[in-house]
Amino acid sequence: MITDTSEGSLKAFLKTLPQVDEVGASARAAMLATRSIKTSSKAWAIDMAISMVDLTTLEGADTPGKVRAICAKAVRPDATDLSVPSVGAVCVYNDMVHIARTSLDLIGGRAIPVAAVATAFPSGRASYAVKAQDTIDAINAGAAEIDMVIDRGAFLSGRYGEVFDEIVKIKELCGDKAHLKVILETGELVTLDNVRKASYLAMLAGADFIKTSTGKVTPAATAPVVFVMLEAVRDYYSMTQTRIGVKPAGGIRNTKDAIKQLVLVNEVAGPEWLNPQLFRIGASALLNDLLLQRMKLRDGYYASPSYVTLD
Amino acid sequence: MSQFEYAPALESTAIVNIAERYNLFIDGKFVTPKSGKYFPTINPANEKVLAKVAEANSTDVDTAVQAARGAYSKVWSKMPAAERGKYLFRIARILQERAREFAVLETLDNGKPIRESRDTDIPLAAAHFFYHAGWADKLQYAGVGDQPKPYGVVGQIIPWNFPMLMLAWKVAPALATGNTVVLKPAETTSLTALLFAEVCQQAELPAGVVNIVTGAGATGADIVNHPGIDKIAFTGSTEVGKLIASSIAGTKKGATLELGGKAANIIFDDAAIDEAVEGIVNGIFFNQGHVCCAGSRLLVQENIHDEVLEKLKVRMAHIRLGNPLDKNTDIGAINSAAQLAKIKELVTAGGAEGAEQWSAPCDLPGEGFWFAPTIFTGVSQTHRIAREEIFGPVLSVLTFRTPQEAIEKANNTPYGLSAGVWSEKGSKVLWSASRLRAGVIWANTFNKFDPASPFGGYKESGWGREGGRHGLAAYLKASN
Amino acid sequence: MAVTPSQRIDVLKTYKLFIGGAFPRSESGRVYSVKDSKGNHLANPSLASRKDLRDAVVAARSAFPAWSAATAYNRGQILYRMAEMLEGRSEQLVTEIIALEGVTVKSATEQVQESVDLLVWYAGWSDKIATIAGSTNPVSGPYYNFSTPEPIGVVAIFAAAKPSLLNFVGALAGVITSGNTAIIVASEKYPLPAITFSEIMATSDLPAGVVNVLTGSATELVPWAASHMDIDAIDASGLTSKQLKEAQLAGVANLKRIRVHTQSKAPERILNYMETKTVWHPIGI
Repeated sequence: MITDTSEGSLKAFLKTLPQVDEVGASARAAMLATRSIKTSSKAWAIDMAISMVDLTTLEGADTPGKVRAICAKAVRPDATDLSVPSVGAVCVYNDMVHIARTSLDLIGGRAIPVAAVATAFPSGRASYAVKAQDTIDAINAGAAEIDMVIDRGAFLSGRYGEVFDEIVKIKELCGDKAHLKVILETGELVTLDNVRKASYLAMLAGADFIKTSTGKVTPAATAPVVFVMLEAVRDYYSMTQTRIGVKPAGGIRNTKDAIKQLVLVNEVAGPEWLNPQLFRIGASALLNDLLLQRMKLRDGYYASPSYVTLD
Repeated sequence: MSQFEYAPALESTAIVNIAERYNLFIDGKFVTPKSGKYFPTINPANEKVLAKVAEANSTDVDTAVQAARGAYSKVWSKMPAAERGKYLFRIARILQERAREFAVLETLDNGKPIRESRDTDIPLAAAHFFYHAGWADKLQYAGVGDQPKPYGVVGQIIPWNFPMLMLAWKVAPALATGNTVVLKPAETTSLTALLFAEVCQQAELPAGVVNIVTGAGATGADIVNHPGIDKIAFTGSTEVGKLIASSIAGTKKGATLELGGKAANIIFDDAAIDEAVEGIVNGIFFNQGHVCCAGSRLLVQENIHDEVLEKLKVRMAHIRLGNPLDKNTDIGAINSAAQLAKIKELVTAGGAEGAEQWSAPCDLPGEGFWFAPTIFTGVSQTHRIAREEIFGPVLSVLTFRTPQEAIEKANNTPYGLSAGVWSEKGSKVLWSASRLRAGVIWANTFNKFDPASPFGGYKESGWGREGGRHGLAAYLKASN
Repeated sequence: MAVTPSQRIDVLKTYKLFIGGAFPRSESGRVYSVKDSKGNHLANPSLASRKDLRDAVVAARSAFPAWSAATAYNRGQILYRMAEMLEGRSEQLVTEIIALEGVTVKSATEQVQESVDLLVWYAGWSDKIATIAGSTNPVSGPYYNFSTPEPIGVVAIFAAAKPSLLNFVGALAGVITSGNTAIIVASEKYPLPAITFSEIMATSDLPAGVVNVLTGSATELVPWAASHMDIDAIDASGLTSKQLKEAQLAGVANLKRIRVHTQSKAPERILNYMETKTVWHPIGI
């Protein structure tokens, strides 16, 4: 694929990637959104979606209490129904990692990883030293997943080598202690061509996951963006036999949206990606809607938000 | 790891009431045929009879033409144009209101997936009426002089591949321009036309402006040969189109013919490959390939042949064939046993001539008419499957080395209806578009239709255009 | 020693065909006698055969790619050049028209002048017809969609009889200004202006083969032209209704567009020999 990782070589490689026709890609994504998922498939999809949620709180106002609350929700999303699976991970800022980890361990959530956003999330505008320390702190505090942001400024000015090198270095810091999720912030990359290029840059640099957005920029995980990223992991697999995960984040608020994401995964990357090891959904409000829809399927009548917990 | 099998998501058929038998719609009323005969129409997805439909004989056709003539001279040609337009607006609105009913009925009678009848056929049909409604009082801008005149009574014969949409393509411009019509739907797909007759009644369209006579080829011939018909509008095969052209030779009858095609879909090596693959799929597998403008000849640049084929096969494996009423079905039933036999015959010929066949892995239902999406590689221009219209989900793959060769091969056909070209290089797209001898060029897209966009072919693909100002003008004569 | 004017014998013109830019005789070797308006023999133009027609179609087809690809500006200038050349040859054409049609000097002169002006009119259309007949179409979706008229290809013209030059010029100018190439069968009875006009075309920078002129019997040539699979359209204005029906029946073989015109000066003369092409392209980033 590439002979070396020099700026020139990366540039040359990214140029070989086929362009994306925005209208065609959007039309295909929209067509897949018309798939109608019913009954047993829907029940399966809701549970799968719950297990893929990276339950997230990334606020300036986050407190230990808030973090403990979402950890409780993560372990047991529906206190009245123990058949509901736990979520995929809890995602917090690095100063909250220790609280989240401790809290999860206390309440039987040892298996749930804590993901930390890092590298001067969400803007990424800091020196490398700061970004590295951010990452090290999170890992030391018990983060098993690092959600780093790429340097969009460097990407947009064509300094692909810088973007690449930074990912490589953060990946080295993660070592075997943490998975690396690379946030492209597609809302700032704007074009689908850029989404495709950034996806490859991240995969080549060692990302375990490519993630759409920080959630702080709109648009975030639009269907065409996720579609193009799923194509990228599919094609990267056929070139390297390595499966890279995908994580849409931002804007996926209800069950319908989540199921559309699963349809995209199923028909673009393929059913091999339909598991929390290769697909995650970064969300907060989504989980309650999944629970409501799950109740409707289970009970046969429409549920009320009064019966799911607000955390 | 679990498979994400979609459970069947069937559209309800409760929305349609299919009668046991249908009569002819003449002069605003449903009347029993003078022939006394009825023929069955079946659901091609399960071969069950849906209803019996009247077979119009020459007396019935004559009655219909007279009704149309009476409506033309007494009512329709005298009505202020803006008022005429309002009837079309009404029809458009009723079609929107009853869209789901039409979609379900279309899918039952034709076999096409509900997703397509629901999202393409019926919305576009309504759009055609809405678009042409607005033309009714602006005909002096149609490019046919200051005082254009309608022909009078138009005989319209439509095919089975887009029954309701083709009806709209025909009826909307004819009525907008002040003509009255005698329309014959295809014998395997009469039901939505007969439901449209009910819409005409609901819209209180004056009696005789639209007459619908059902039947097969003989009924069509009666319309074509009727001396009271001023213009023929036909969509169907080139073979029948030629028969019609012969029949009207030496007469004053006008004609619009939308006939067959063997469209090339050219993929250059600088194309947006993933969207091109999508375009290939949409080009040939849309509507089971029952599309006159289908991209049935894939011309792929030789240096990306393997990559494109690999991606195409992966994509084709995701095509869902099955019950047309399932909202997740991509490919429905072949419309008739006769069409299925024709597809099979050409596919056999393709194999015998040495092309290599690959079909998408999918289970075909036990009842009904089905054909798995199929591609042939190693096809050359001399093969029958590269020259004859298959009208089914069968793609022939050919290669080319240079842009010039691509254009030469694309144009090397007696047809000239449509063509596709895929490249991210703007100048190459325009270079190709200007050299392709076809009436519709889809560049970096395929099988797109719109009431505002003229459609129709060069060479043996027919005479005239439908849609847009150009299509409208085909229903008008200069008054000098 | 020079002869006196009264002693000099005129050098008469041999009226030949015009195919592929050359002036051959009919391959059949046949000629026919054209009479003047009083019934006296005037000339022996070629009686074109089906093989001459075939050769003319080959010439027209091979001229089509370059002529249709020439800029409209260029085509317009060449038609205008034909008008200039016709103006200069007026006298000869007036003489021929008087002899053939038996009209007055005034009437013949007016016909030639009208023909010049008609050429100028069609010359001006070359780069405007697409503006008038084309359109951008506001489709419902993110697509740029435009329609543009394109020349249909090779057109056979059966020119109407009188006024012979005007009918001939009007028919061919309308056909070729858009980029078509033509085979034009001159009026059987009044062919001489057509041949003289061929000499004008030969000296007007009109590429060889764009216009090919046959003289002879329409009755003989109609079935061959109508059934010829490499002719795309026919201007049947000069045919009888019986010949027209025959042409329509034979023309079904390749669904020829067969048209009849009543006016020399009409945009339909151009548009009837064009096909509308509609192009779609997505609009995106």
